Amino acid sequence: MSVHTNTRIVVIGNGMVGYKFCEKFVAKEKKGQSFSLTVFGEEARAAYDRVHLSSYLSCKTADDLTLAPADWYAQQGIQLYLGDPVVEIDRTSREVRSHQGRIVAYDYLVLATGSGAFVPPVAGVEKDGVFVYRTLEDLDLIQSYAHTVRQEGSGTFRGAVLGGGLLGLEAAKALLDLGVDEAHVVEFAPRLMPRQIDDAGSQVLQRQLESLGLSVHLNKNTQSITGDAVITGLQFADGSHLNVNLLVISAGIRPRDELARAAGLDTHPRGGILVNEQLQTSDPAIFAVGECAVVHQMVYGLVAPGYEMAEVVATQLLGATSQFKPFDMSTKLKLIGTDVGSFGDPFASEPECRTIVYENKAKGIYKRINISADGKQLLGGILVGDASQYNMLLQTCKNQTVLPPDPEDIILGSRGGEETGLGGVLSLPDEALICSCEAITKGQLCHEIANNGHTSVDALKKATKACTGCGGCTAMVKDLVGAVLNQQGVYVRNTLCEHFEYTRQELLDLVKMNHQKTYAAVLDAFGRGDGCEVCKPAVASILASLWNENILRQDRATIQDSNDRFLANIQRGGTYSVVPRIPGGEITPEKLIVIGQVAQKYGLYTKITGGQRIDLFGAHVGDLPSIWEELIRAGFESGHAYGKSLRTVKSCVGTTWCRFGVQDSVSFAIELENRYKGIRAPHKLKSAVSGCTRECAEAQSKDFGIIATEKGWNVYVCGNGGIKPQHAQLLASDVDKTTCIRLLDRFLMFYIKTADPLTRTATWLNKLEGGLNYLKAVVVDDVLGIANQLENEMQLLVDTYACEWKEVVETPELRQRFTHFVNAPAVKDPTVQFAPMRDQIRAREWA
Amino acid sequence: MESIAIDNQPLTWHVACRVDDIPQNGGACALIDGRQIAIFNFTRRGQWFATDNECPHRRQMALGRGMIGSHAEEPKVACPFHKRTFSLKTGQCLNDEGCSPIQTYPVRVSAGIVYVGV
Ligand code: SRM
Ligand SMILES: Cc1cc2nc3c(=O)[nH]c(=O)nc-3n(C[C@H](O)[C@H](O)[C@H](O)COP(=O)(O)OP(=O)(O)OC[C@H]3O[C@@H](n4cnc5c(N)ncnc54)[C@H](O)[C@@H]3O)c2cc1C
Ligand code: SF4
Ligand code: FES
Repeated sequence: MSVHTNTRIVVIGNGMVGYKFCEKFVAKEKKGQSFSLTVFGEEARAAYDRVHLSSYLSCKTADDLTLAPADWYAQQGIQLYLGDPVVEIDRTSREVRSHQGRIVAYDYLVLATGSGAFVPPVAGVEKDGVFVYRTLEDLDLIQSYAHTVRQEGSGTFRGAVLGGGLLGLEAAKALLDLGVDEAHVVEFAPRLMPRQIDDAGSQVLQRQLESLGLSVHLNKNTQSITGDAVITGLQFADGSHLNVNLLVISAGIRPRDELARAAGLDTHPRGGILVNEQLQTSDPAIFAVGECAVVHQMVYGLVAPGYEMAEVVATQLLGATSQFKPFDMSTKLKLIGTDVGSFGDPFASEPECRTIVYENKAKGIYKRINISADGKQLLGGILVGDASQYNMLLQTCKNQTVLPPDPEDIILGSRGGEETGLGGVLSLPDEALICSCEAITKGQLCHEIANNGHTSVDALKKATKACTGCGGCTAMVKDLVGAVLNQQGVYVRNTLCEHFEYTRQELLDLVKMNHQKTYAAVLDAFGRGDGCEVCKPAVASILASLWNENILRQDRATIQDSNDRFLANIQRGGTYSVVPRIPGGEITPEKLIVIGQVAQKYGLYTKITGGQRIDLFGAHVGDLPSIWEELIRAGFESGHAYGKSLRTVKSCVGTTWCRFGVQDSVSFAIELENRYKGIRAPHKLKSAVSGCTRECAEAQSKDFGIIATEKGWNVYVCGNGGIKPQHAQLLASDVDKTTCIRLLDRFLMFYIKTADPLTRTATWLNKLEGGLNYLKAVVVDDVLGIANQLENEMQLLVDTYACEWKEVVETPELRQRFTHFVNAPAVKDPTVQFAPMRDQIRAREWA
Repeated sequence: MESIAIDNQPLTWHVACRVDDIPQNGGACALIDGRQIAIFNFTRRGQWFATDNECPHRRQMALGRGMIGSHAEEPKVACPFHKRTFSLKTGQCLNDEGCSPIQTYPVRVSAGIVYVGV
């Protein structure tokens, strides 16, 4: 289309799509193009947000819902006639005539007449107290009628909705908000939301709705509405009857095609104006958009495809070409108090596809996903009770993203940190439509977040209009903000502190290359200032992980965190705890006796720990070397309870005694504990070995855990109890001991070399780009070709192990540091005080 | 600027310990006139500092075992218990406004002996 001189466009209908057409049109219109735009609206108000109509009953005013005030149209030079429906289109003279007698000529006509509620031919629909649910006016009527009923106070106020579809359930929730005593939903089909969800999902949904106070009646064919002038009840074909004072009919929509039909345009026998892909009706000068149009054989009863249609027509009228492509009809129910989502092809079933279903009756959760027969793509699915994964699943489905190898993770949640087996939002392609109402892609949003500093949903709403339509994308937009910021955080490297402009990983590599063994050497070469309580322990850990020399020698004692500096945990009152290593939790009576004797001699409180060993509390700093001297003499070693290093490898009793055991878990636990003891890591390491799947050692909550199988051992990694528990994930199955140890060597060394300070393995994995798959690729498949190196580095640490307490006990200059008063070594801190507790002592309460 | 805030009051210099008793770039506690005083040998800066050994946060006798370092130019010590950090010059708590300051004391070193003025 070439340049138009004053092309006249008339829009019939000022609903959501009619408005969007105006908005898109004026936004695209260039200087020099001259158009005149006239809009006729039947409703008395300028277009408003029908999608959030229900919020009018709870929190929003009509003004809140208005899409643009009347003066916006004036400012844009749009002639808007409200409360004045068009009653005739004269296609020969190309004119429309309105109810109030206005006659306006057009070059192009855009029909955006939407749809009306479909009212089935049931006897009595004309009675007072029977409503539809489509416009603000409908809601005003319902509200004032409900008010009258309540004023009359004639017993229980019962409201009902005819129709258990998406809109019907929303209307039913609105009735509850209006304060009816009973709310009923009557559905003809044998299940709720028959077009979106399957039987099993519907049953879960029904139970959830019933718990919210809705009564659900299925398989009900409503024969008549009873009452004289005013509704009193519903009569069903099966002979039953339901008393109600108010009925909302929500039995579907009927496109408003009456004007088009009268003008001789082609319409669908079941309603709707037929259009081609350019959205032209059978008269090329007339377009139809939104819910009144039938395109690709269907009426799109959602706002997003309507907006896309507005875009297609605006583009064409301004001279470019455009087509309307089949549109996704996925839906997420809002406002209802329980989550429901359905996307893609929710009903696809075997044999064309694999269907995976998860149901938790107790929690009211039902999830179903349909996966292509080759297991690669998500075809569609249903979520009831928990639709938190809706957006990710929808995007995965729409973008035909290749699924992870265990697709059930998508709905079960991977047993690791990520929410789903899918990557995060950032794994979506840039073209992925995040806000389908406004057609905003992930790429656009990321650009706004990263380059224009729009880092809140509000700012993004202003900048892009995302989230302003149905609002369904808000959660995902939030995720995206988080993810982009996070990513920037990763690029803004996680440097140690003001003294070192390096990440831990970078510094470790530098220290290794330069063979530095003291803090002073590292600070002089790579840092500035005098160091602090953040970088000193971090460097201490790096030095220990690389060279495994005694942590108290050279200048290293004073860079250790206070627990490491005294090789014991400082506790209330300034005393210390003593934890000898008891590998695998196995201990002889002789050794137990020594622990008892030492505790008695030094007045220590004893307790069995959660790590299968014994903790002795209340030791004076000056007593520590003597206590350890006695323990070491009895064959004990440091338990490193104070270090960021291996704590315990717990074990269950396994084949040693247990009738179910399939492998010797105790021996393996002891072997592993002895192999990795003393090795310093970014954070502490915990492990366990279970003798069979009953998992009595809780290996799946450990940084590395091993579970015996008939054929060998399953290796789990990156689990964690503590502040934020996380299950360990399977790294390898049915491996023999040697393989297991090789994998663990690689895994641990890779963690030690790459994690940030004070980051447990679980958190490290959660931040690791590529997650478990990447970890497996490195550790098991050796894609980086570093497996040998990692194994050798670990072997060096294993070979250089020495009990650090033994060295202290035997080295006078190290030993002499264990005093409270440097000038009075024999004097104990007089402020240390104990209180009795049961048959032992405890630290005195502090200030 | 030294840490002698109380110019007018007479200081008594006490023999605290030998230089070797305090680890380089670290601290230890000395018993001086019945008082617990933490002494720091900040070798890297060529300076000595002394403060109360008691941390005002939970009144734990532990600052002498704390780790020293700097924040910008300010020399500081971190309490082993909950990592409150205090300026070694002024005694002010640097990372918790609600925490009271600690007392600081002048230090003099001569012929391998450390003296603290109380
Ligand atoms: C003694 C013990 C409690 C008990 O009486 O049973 C204990 C005591 C302490 N735990 Fe623990 N934890 C003990 C088992 C656990 C367990 C259970 C286990 O290992 O099976 C957990 C959860 C499992 C886990 O870590 O994944 C546990 C999670 C923590 C955490 C949170 C770690 C996390 O990543 O969220 C901390 C804080 C930290 O390490 O930063 C912590 C820190 C501590 C410290 C070291 C706090 C401190 O610095 O004073 C306590 C030292 C006590 C001492 O002086 O010896 N403790 N702690 C247990 C010693 C086990 C052992 O033999 O070594
Ligand atoms: C309660 C409710 C909840 C909904 N929830 C969602 C949801 O969550 N997600 C979603 O995507 N969609 C939802 N929808 C559907 C969505 O509102 C519609 O898809 C959208 O409003 C369609 O826009 P439209 O402009 O085509 O029709 P409408 O918004 O109905 O606008 C058509 C307008 O044209 C006017 N009109 C008709 N004939 C004439 C005439 N001859 N002359 C002048 N004016 C005329 C009508 O009065 C009306 O104002 C919901 C609808 C309702 C009622
Ligand atoms: S749970 Fe807390 S209080 Fe108990 S031992 Fe662990 S760290 Fe101490
Ligand atoms: S006791 Fe010193 S910080 Fe808490």
